[in-house]
Order: sequence, then structure tokens, then C-alpha cells
Amino acid sequence: MISVDGLTKFYGPRQAIKQLTFDVEEGEVVGFLGPNGAGKSTTMNILSCIIPASGGSAKINGFDIFEESLEIKKIIGYLPEVPPLYPDMVVSDYLRFAAGIRCVPKNKIDEAVEAALEKCWLKDVKHRITGRLSKGFQQRVGLAQALIHEPEILILDEPTIGLDPLQIIEIRKLIKELSKDRTIILSSHILPEITQICQRVIIINEGEIVAVDSLEGLTASLRKTERIQLSIREGQNQAKEILEKIRGVASVSQNDNGEFQIECELGSSLQDEIARTTLDNKWGLVELKQNAVSLEDVFLQLTTEETQVEL
Amino acid sequence: MRSTFIIAFRDLSSFLKSPIFYVLTAVFLILFNYIFFNILNFFSFQSMQAAQMQGQMGAMGLNLNDMVVQPSLHNMGVILLLMIPLITMRSFSEEKKNKSVNLLLSSPVQLHEIVIGKFLACFLVVATMISLTLISIGLLFYVGEPELGPIATSYLGMLLMASCYISVGVLASSLTDNQIVAAVMSFGFTLFMWIIGWGAQAAGSDFGDLLKYLSLIDHLDPFFKGMFDVADFAYYLSVILFGLFLTHRTLDSNRWR
Repeated sequence: MISVDGLTKFYGPRQAIKQLTFDVEEGEVVGFLGPNGAGKSTTMNILSCIIPASGGSAKINGFDIFEESLEIKKIIGYLPEVPPLYPDMVVSDYLRFAAGIRCVPKNKIDEAVEAALEKCWLKDVKHRITGRLSKGFQQRVGLAQALIHEPEILILDEPTIGLDPLQIIEIRKLIKELSKDRTIILSSHILPEITQICQRVIIINEGEIVAVDSLEGLTASLRKTERIQLSIREGQNQAKEILEKIRGVASVSQNDNGEFQIECELGSSLQDEIARTTLDNKWGLVELKQNAVSLEDVFLQLTTEETQVEL
Repeated sequence: MRSTFIIAFRDLSSFLKSPIFYVLTAVFLILFNYIFFNILNFFSFQSMQAAQMQGQMGAMGLNLNDMVVQPSLHNMGVILLLMIPLITMRSFSEEKKNKSVNLLLSSPVQLHEIVIGKFLACFLVVATMISLTLISIGLLFYVGEPELGPIATSYLGMLLMASCYISVGVLASSLTDNQIVAAVMSFGFTLFMWIIGWGAQAAGSDFGDLLKYLSLIDHLDPFFKGMFDVADFAYYLSVILFGLFLTHRTLDSNRWR
């Protein structure tokens, strides 16, 4: 449904996202997880065709984000980080306006507005001015605006940011409800949130994808191993076999550049052992390091940043 | 096209809900009518004098169109110069400030539809303000016999010039998310376009002619005299379209940054 290939974005000299590649299947709920400034909003803005990418391509339902943005905008509902409200408008008028420019046929606008009010529990505030609503209600109006044209795909940028715990629970319930018949991409910098709503997580850090996995897969791989990267000059052929025999090494794999990724048991600190093996076999040690952008670091940062809110 | 009207309608209703429209219209009408009745008063004083000196000079040069309507509208142009930036300053600046522009950008609406919608809303507001002055002008038909034709062309010219102000104002507002900055920029630029002809004498013949041609106000005179010259019409139209074109480009380039 959504396929992103090598997406890149520069803001002046600063590269906000680097070669993002991922797919989202129909009906899936995918979470973008990453610390602030990781490039989540940029990616979402590009997918909603608000800003163009600097490189790479992305297709949504077969439409290209660059060439056929109008078609894409018709099937996408987007809730930006700040809900795009007109503070002087009444909620129901605002939704009518959103329905109008989102190409809902004239005779269906009333219906669509009612449905959105109903879904987002906004009936009681429909005559109030959006600028005077609380943050939680504003967020819901933002969500209603994204839903008004019954889009197949919902893109939600930090839908729970700035809300109090009760409101967060409500919004999450709502998103779960919506996910039954839609593809949803949502971003967050809070791990528990993603755990509760999403089937699959894409973790990005500093513009790069660190991991794409289901939640179970992630936790499983994380809790068991830590990763050491080794590059050597010679003996590539036999190295894998020998390294695997070291006590505490879970697996060894070689990447495209010929570097070895050694998964070790947690807390085994095998650097010494690996270095010794390398020297003894005269492979010529070039580099030995703990993986730089380790998933664990990001994960740890995310898990400790906010306290968990139970659904 | 439907989106254009929806956007224009939203902006318009937002004007009507805020005090800006009412305050501006009230101040505009008070100023205009004060000027108008003073000019009219001076005219009636002159025609009384002319009547006393009948035979010598006669009432030859005295003409309601030339001596009342034309100077009044000239002054209206100055008042609008001050007021239109205050109307146009919100167009895009406010949307950018409260991020609602993302709603427009993520909707299946093309940029030019947004630009025209914004322009249309401001135009309707200004056209309402200008047409309310017709009440005072209409009173002239009770007290004298002004020519309808030149009044019609004068108002057409006025609307065209006001549209140029709006076009520039909308452009200024697309450049910044600060309304004051937008207002000052559009006021500065339109005023400069008014007085740009003043440099004609110093600039020498060819360049001077160009400066004179660029001046917003110089193209208004034929309209005031009751003429509809395609060249002047084309001048105003091209200023309007050029302003809107630049607005479109600005919005587009904002996306790329």
C-alpha cells in the first residue's frame, strides 16, 4: 500500500532523513518511533505531500508522491503535530470546511461531519470555538478533520503529545477503534504508546532507520544480545567459523562492506576475547567497536523518557 | 474551482466574524465621507461665487464629476492605500502562524486555487467597502446632475487599483508569518508604486517614461475622465496577475525549503 524507497530530505545543508526504505501493508498499524528530531515529522510531511523529498521515491496505492500528489491527498488523512485549526471557527463549521476542501460531495457533507463528530466524541462541543477548546479536544478536532473524507490511510504525527494521561487513553482508544478498517501510520517518541497500538515498529534515529520489526521481535532480540562490529584485513573466509566458537557469541554475520556483526550475550563484554582471537589468527585488526547507533541506546532512551500509561 | 470558493468563503466569514472588518469599514467610511462633504461644500461655495459673478466667468469650469467625484475618489485611493494592507496581512501570515496552512496543503487543492481563493476573499471585502461609498456619491444626483458614465469608469478604475493593492498585500503575507511585517511590506511597496513616477523628471527621458508608466496612480486618470483604455486596463490586470503569480511561486518554494 505504501512503499518508500531511499527517501532523503535536506533542509539546507542538514540532512533530516537519510535513505529511508520501508513498506506498509494494507490494514497495518505502523508506529514510527524515535527521539525528538529523528525525522519522524519530516517523513510524514513528505508522505502527505506537504513538502517534497530531496531524493528517493515513495508510492502510495501506486500513486507517486511527486507526480500524483493530488490523488494521494484524496486518500490520505493527515493530522500534523499541531492540529491545523482555525482558532476563530466553530467546530462544526471547521469540519464542514475541511470536508469541502477534502472534496466530499456537497450533499454528503452534513453526513460526513456528523459521522466525524460521532467518532471523535465531539458532539458536545460542536458549537464551540476551536481556539477555546482544551488541548485534548483540539487534538480530537484535528483527528476528526483527518477522518472527514473517510481516507484509506491515516497519518498521525504525535497524536498524543501534550495531552494529560486521561486524554491520552481516550485518543489511543479512538486510534485502536479506527485501525479496524484503515491503514495507520503514527509517530511517537514514547515506547509504551507504540506498544499498545501498533503491530509493527519502525525505529528511526538521526534520520536513519535503526530497526523495522514487530514488537515481539524487537524486544526478543534486544533483551538477549549486544552487538560488536569487527573489521579485518584478511581471513574473512575462516573468521566467521572461528568467531562463532567463542563462548558467549550468539551469532556472526557479515555485511556488504565485509564487516562482521557479532551478536553477543548481554553483559558478556567479549571485546578482549575477540581482539585476542583476531590477533592470534593474524587477520589484521582494522577496527573493533561497539555498534555506534545501537538499537539498545535508542530503545533505552525511549523507554526511559516517559513513564508508562496503562490503557 | 469549488475549492477556491470554499476557501474564499471561509476567509470571508472569518472577516465578518472578527471586528477588523467592521472597524476598518467604519473608519474608512467616516474618513471618506468627511473628505467628500468638504469637497462638496467647497464646490457649492465656488458655484455660489460663480453665480454672483455671472456673465464675467460663468460657471464654465464647474463640473460635479471633475470637481467633486474625481478628487473624492483620489482621496479614497489614499485611504485604501493605508487600509488594504491591514486586510490582506492575515491571508497567509495567520495561516502559517497557527499552522492551519497544513490543512490546505494536505488537501487535494492546487496552490493556485488557494491563492485565488485568498485574493477573492480580500477583494470581496474591499469591494464591499468601496461600494458603500456609492451612497454618498448617489446623493449628488439629488443636488445636481453628475454624469453617470465617468462615475462608473472611476469606480471600475478604483476597483482595479484596489485589486493591485490586494495582490501585493497577499504576496507580502505569503512571505512572512508575521502580520505586521506583511502589512508594512505591502504598504511600503504600494506607496512606492504610487510615487514611483516622481522620479521621472530626474531619471531622464527613456527611463523616466518607464517610471511614469509603472506608477499605479497615473493609469487611474483616464478612468476618472470617463475613458476605458485597454492599455490601462491591461496594466492593472498584469500587476494583479503578476502579484498572484509571485505568491504562487513563494508558496511553492516554501515547500522546498
